[in-house]
Amino acid sequence: MAEGNAKKSNANRTVALSCVAFFGAMVGAAYAAVPLYSLFCQVTGYGGTTQRVEQASDVILDQPITVRFDANTNNLPWDFEPVQRSMTMKIGETVQAHYKATNGTGRTLRGTASFNVVPELAGAYFSKLECFCFTDTTLKPGETLDMPVVFYVDPDIVNAPELKNIQTITLSYTFFPTEGKPASTAQAPAPKGNIGG
Amino acid sequence: MADAVIHSHDDHGHKPLGFFTRWFLSTNHKDIGTLYLIFAIMAGIVGGFLSVMMRWELQEPGIQIFHGLASMVYGVEGDAAIDAGKSMYNAFTTAHGLIMIFFMVMPALIGGFANWMVPIMIGAPDMAFPRMNNISFWLLPPAFLLLILSAFMPSAPGAHGVGGGWTIYPPLSTSGQPGPAMDLAILSLHVAGASSILGAINFITTIFNMRAPGMTLHKMPLFAWSVLITAFLLLLSLPVLAGGITMLLTDRNFGTTFFAPEGGGDPILFQHLFWFFGHPEVYILILPGFGIVSHIVSTFSRKPIFGYLGMAYAMVAIGVVGFVVWAHHMYTTGLSLNTQRYFVFATMVIAVPTGVKIFSWIATMWGGSISMKTPMLWAIGFIFLFTVGGVTGVQLANAGLDRSFHDTYYVVAHFHYVLSLGAVFAIFAGWYYWFPKMTGYMYSPLIARIHFWLMFIGVNLVFFPQHFLGLAGMPRRYIDYPDAFHGWNMVSSYGSYLSAISVLIFLFGVFEAFAKKRIAGANPWGEGATTLEWQLSSPPPFHQWEELPRIR
Repeated sequence: MAEGNAKKSNANRTVALSCVAFFGAMVGAAYAAVPLYSLFCQVTGYGGTTQRVEQASDVILDQPITVRFDANTNNLPWDFEPVQRSMTMKIGETVQAHYKATNGTGRTLRGTASFNVVPELAGAYFSKLECFCFTDTTLKPGETLDMPVVFYVDPDIVNAPELKNIQTITLSYTFFPTEGKPASTAQAPAPKGNIGG
Repeated sequence: MADAVIHSHDDHGHKPLGFFTRWFLSTNHKDIGTLYLIFAIMAGIVGGFLSVMMRWELQEPGIQIFHGLASMVYGVEGDAAIDAGKSMYNAFTTAHGLIMIFFMVMPALIGGFANWMVPIMIGAPDMAFPRMNNISFWLLPPAFLLLILSAFMPSAPGAHGVGGGWTIYPPLSTSGQPGPAMDLAILSLHVAGASSILGAINFITTIFNMRAPGMTLHKMPLFAWSVLITAFLLLLSLPVLAGGITMLLTDRNFGTTFFAPEGGGDPILFQHLFWFFGHPEVYILILPGFGIVSHIVSTFSRKPIFGYLGMAYAMVAIGVVGFVVWAHHMYTTGLSLNTQRYFVFATMVIAVPTGVKIFSWIATMWGGSISMKTPMLWAIGFIFLFTVGGVTGVQLANAGLDRSFHDTYYVVAHFHYVLSLGAVFAIFAGWYYWFPKMTGYMYSPLIARIHFWLMFIGVNLVFFPQHFLGLAGMPRRYIDYPDAFHGWNMVSSYGSYLSAISVLIFLFGVFEAFAKKRIAGANPWGEGATTLEWQLSSPPPFHQWEELPRIR
């Protein structure tokens, strides 16, 4: 009987340990989802992720498309705006657009830009040859920086059923402060009774 | 299917002495099951109280009670009280959802009924790891306290408690609510998740290793099947939630940027992780109910369940397919058309095994000798309400319809029909089915019937009008609404008061049963009750199956 019990408890331990190992693997898979997901976004343009390319397009269609430019900042007191509001070009044609950022404060500030395009599905067809995304940018008080973006719209866009009628793509850049947390998370909640309206 | 050789069961007299030792240091699956059930009832009362407060608020357009509640609880006045009240309403919806899911339905079905009945049904003396069983339960009260505590902690400036719903999407759950409330709620989910994982491991081991001789998997009662599948779903999905909310926690406190675009993260990723857990979670809530209802329908039709193997493998199919449909919660996040097509299709496929179950229950009743005892009433109520929720589910599965129903009261009505009415009716069905077995006393059938009819009418009054509100475009998660929605909201609120009264009648029925002490006998349900628990005395001896039953 004792021997039977020992055998049973061994079998129980085997099943339980397999379950624990499985649990660990699933937690690992959840974390593995992070790099896999960004890889997936880069490959498919999912969520408006734009494409980085080395070479200009060799096909240029005789079909115009308009790209609008948007700029905003998140908790970074810079004047950040596109030099041109929109550009119309042929699909496949390589063009250069400019953004301009000015540090109007009296402090030296660092920022990093992130971007996406709308409609999000167009991200896969928005090919950038040169851009200022995710580069750490420092502006001294009063300094202005001109930032070029060189891109073309991939001619394959006309083959995507969701995008076949699209006339306008919007490219949006957001500058975030590099150092320190954004003001809203760093701030302690207001004391009781102080918030109105 | 379970014809066991009956052994005599004298009182073995191993009861440990002392209240503290018996209930706080318990390693007995029946005592732990009882603790789970008591905990679930108490958490259910708290969660139900929150929902009645919300319905009271929504009975009229404008803000009726929450500014008053906020000034009572948080001591704010004037405009600040109105703002705090609005946040408090959001905190109530969030807490209601989390409490009902993690601290009411799961403890009642998995911790309570499964702990009590699965070892008995498969002919095992106890769970495989009795001490781990004890830890599983005692992790829950601290988790619950953490969640309650979070309601009194600051979240966003001028607000208390976790708002934003049980789905805790970033950025509202990261930069949107910097106070400690969210951290406490995340910690609470971690602890509750650990409890569930330990429970799941225990059930898998018990069911795989401790079945009585002759009890093959294909002879195992359907409730044990449903718990086995549920345990696997927990093991697969909970780690992903644990990972996701840990990322939230580090995003909030340690400067990581998993979900923050400024560091290259993506808030949508959280939704993928959350729903990879969240969708299987809704099957975790309902599958044990499927098991209970199968037993009850079979017992009170005096027929074996129709299509036993089909029933078991339909649950397996629901469990498997449940893992590949998560993005139907995210149709509006910019998925490509092909992705949406896939998720629409996969979601609708789930209606097939679910239909197999519904029709098999009906086929079990067909030609059976049906007795409409209280548990059967609840089981048939379950089948009806779950089917209504299933039909709206098939509609919502369509990405095109979901565009306009997303985040409206139509969705609220849908998931309350399958969960609040489906799962809760299954819990009450199980309660009235096994109460005589667990306590040895018979409840008053009259009180139980009044409870059923009041609750059935009440919950339908609450949730059926919400279909109309959703179709008319009323969005969920707001404290206020335009006057045009007044009528059905008023009906819905009256329904919730009726349901609350029915819960009081339920509690009175429990009290009455213990006060009157009508002896139930080993098997009050007659020859239809064939599973092993009915061959033991009521209540069962402290240790059962010292001589293992043999299944022929």
